Amino acid sequence: MRVLVIEDDADVAAYIVKALTEAGHNASHADNGKDGLVMATTDDFDVLVVDRMLPGPDGLTIIRTLRASDDHTPALILSALGDVDDRVKGLKAGGDDYLTKPFAAAEMLARLEALTRRASNSGTPAETALSVADLEMDLLARTVSRAGTPIDLQPREFRLLECLMRNAGSVVTRTMLLENVWDYHFDPQTNVIDVHVSRLRQKIDRDFDSPLIHTVRGAGYVLRDAGQDAGS
Amino acid sequence: MKPRRLLRSATFRLALIYMLLFGGSVALLLGFLYWATVGVLSEQVDETIQADIKGLAEQYERRGTPGIAAIIAERVRNDPGGRTVYLLTDPLRRPLVGNLSGWPTVSPDADGWITFELLDRDTPDGKPQPARARRFVLQGGLNLLVGREVRELQRIQRMIANAMVWGIGITLALAFAGGIAMSRSTARRIDSINQTSRDIMSGDLGRRIPAGGTGDEFDQLAGNLNDMLDRIQGLMEGLRHVSDNIAHDLRTPLTRLRGRLEDLDDATLGSEERTRRIDAAVAEADSLLSVFNALLRITQIEAGGRRENFAPVDLSEVVRDVAELYEPVAQAKDLAFSSRSDEAGNVTGDRDLLFQAVANLTDNAIKYTPAGGSVSLHSTAKSVTVADSGPGVPDDAREDVFRRFHRLEASRNAPGSGLGLSLVKAVAQLHGGDISLADNQPGLRAVLTVS
Repeated sequence: MRVLVIEDDADVAAYIVKALTEAGHNASHADNGKDGLVMATTDDFDVLVVDRMLPGPDGLTIIRTLRASDDHTPALILSALGDVDDRVKGLKAGGDDYLTKPFAAAEMLARLEALTRRASNSGTPAETALSVADLEMDLLARTVSRAGTPIDLQPREFRLLECLMRNAGSVVTRTMLLENVWDYHFDPQTNVIDVHVSRLRQKIDRDFDSPLIHTVRGAGYVLRDAGQDAGS
Repeated sequence: MKPRRLLRSATFRLALIYMLLFGGSVALLLGFLYWATVGVLSEQVDETIQADIKGLAEQYERRGTPGIAAIIAERVRNDPGGRTVYLLTDPLRRPLVGNLSGWPTVSPDADGWITFELLDRDTPDGKPQPARARRFVLQGGLNLLVGREVRELQRIQRMIANAMVWGIGITLALAFAGGIAMSRSTARRIDSINQTSRDIMSGDLGRRIPAGGTGDEFDQLAGNLNDMLDRIQGLMEGLRHVSDNIAHDLRTPLTRLRGRLEDLDDATLGSEERTRRIDAAVAEADSLLSVFNALLRITQIEAGGRRENFAPVDLSEVVRDVAELYEPVAQAKDLAFSSRSDEAGNVTGDRDLLFQAVANLTDNAIKYTPAGGSVSLHSTAKSVTVADSGPGVPDDAREDVFRRFHRLEASRNAPGSGLGLSLVKAVAQLHGGDISLADNQPGLRAVLTVS
């Protein structure tokens, strides 16, 4: 995907661009708000990574300006340590997701992929069923089955699996799961998420030959058909 | 004291102002008395002269020049002491009758009054006598001068004026002395405050301002300043405690991180082992970052800047969600886990922060309760109780555990940053509530209240 990175800190920008390039994405970089806004309006990008504090118009102004001109390219806002809790403000300005510096490259990539996926799905009618390999999920009947065998899930387990399935093939980080499945933005002291995922694994993978839920070291989880190529 | 310093001292200036105000008031008062006494006396003289002139003018109208001349001669004869002044002259001011040898050379004022000296009369002290008279022109052009000797009046005038000058002088001196004494005592109190602040500034932080014991405004000021100093000292101790702890608690993981990074610099490592070590180093760095994030979060919450996210929150819902998130963790540790809500109802607060606080308490309970124990959550409309059957917190440590980085000796080796309860406390205070710890017999009972 084509990513525009608007970030004035050269080190952070290099880190982001490198991570994007290594993941096979096409990254462009602007080191100030003015250039960033010009590039964002003249070129076509799949997703924007915008630092909050920028010389020239700041990150929130850029996003507000784009939204006002009916440009809905998804935007991930980056923020320095000092404004951990300005998240709400960032999302109100039209940002689609918010990430606090310093962050792991894996977390950023996972979020960008989720953003573009959400954006490309937004035009299509709501799905009624999801499937990955032999795992099927009926969103209307709220039922799940694998290889034809029904699997009984608790409501929260269902939402956890739904989140993984909607992002099938992409990494979903623990924080993303907390935000999307539990709808709380908080900092778990221990890896409570792991316990929930391992419970889900028991139900989804234990009785089957090929596991679908994989742990991605240092990042989170991915639901993937082992038969397919990794990272697809 | 040098003159300039004297002028600048509050004592002197206050005394001066006091003196001027007091002296001015007394001068005004005495001025009124002077006017009331001396003024009335000289007015009486003037009225007597006026009445005299009026009587003589009537006599002249009735009896003509000889008549009035006879009356004047008669009056002069009856006044050997020369207390009165009479002179009747023809239109050219040549004397006809009277006890004055010639018309006074002093010219009269607008009302015809003349103040002059009687040069031709004998006086006890040889000085000429002062007199006051009025000129009246009779029909036919005769000039009449009627007056009184005012020596006594002037003497009284001088006496009163003298007394007043002395009075004002004494008043000013007393006022200045009193002012100095009064402002001195004030200045002494201020000086003691000044002296104490200088001592404190030069490093003697334990010094406090002595109170006068009267409970007046100065004692209140001293009390307030002392309270402020206590608070500052408390904050400084807290800060020192935090920075000591940061130094200590962050040095350990940083040293570990450094060690892990050094371990990587080994050409003989297989790629799998290298990856494992890199992961360990990244995990170490991540845990450091999360400590920093937690610290910042606490600081921000304590600064009270997060109220913009306040909205109605149902605590029973928060407790239900926390319970649901942590129940599997408790079960994995073989703990009996339960949650219960008595009353539903909304409080105004930050949903994420309240969730974080309850999650921290639950996380602690699960972490410190040994397998086979129990953890229970209970909410009312305005409070959440997290109880466990773990080792609890000793009585004397129940305040300390809320300090940043503070960890009980027994839990030094358990995972954690020592920031969880500091955050809970900050969240409770942001919501106008509190967090308290009690004995659950056995175990710990943590009660979080919000208002």
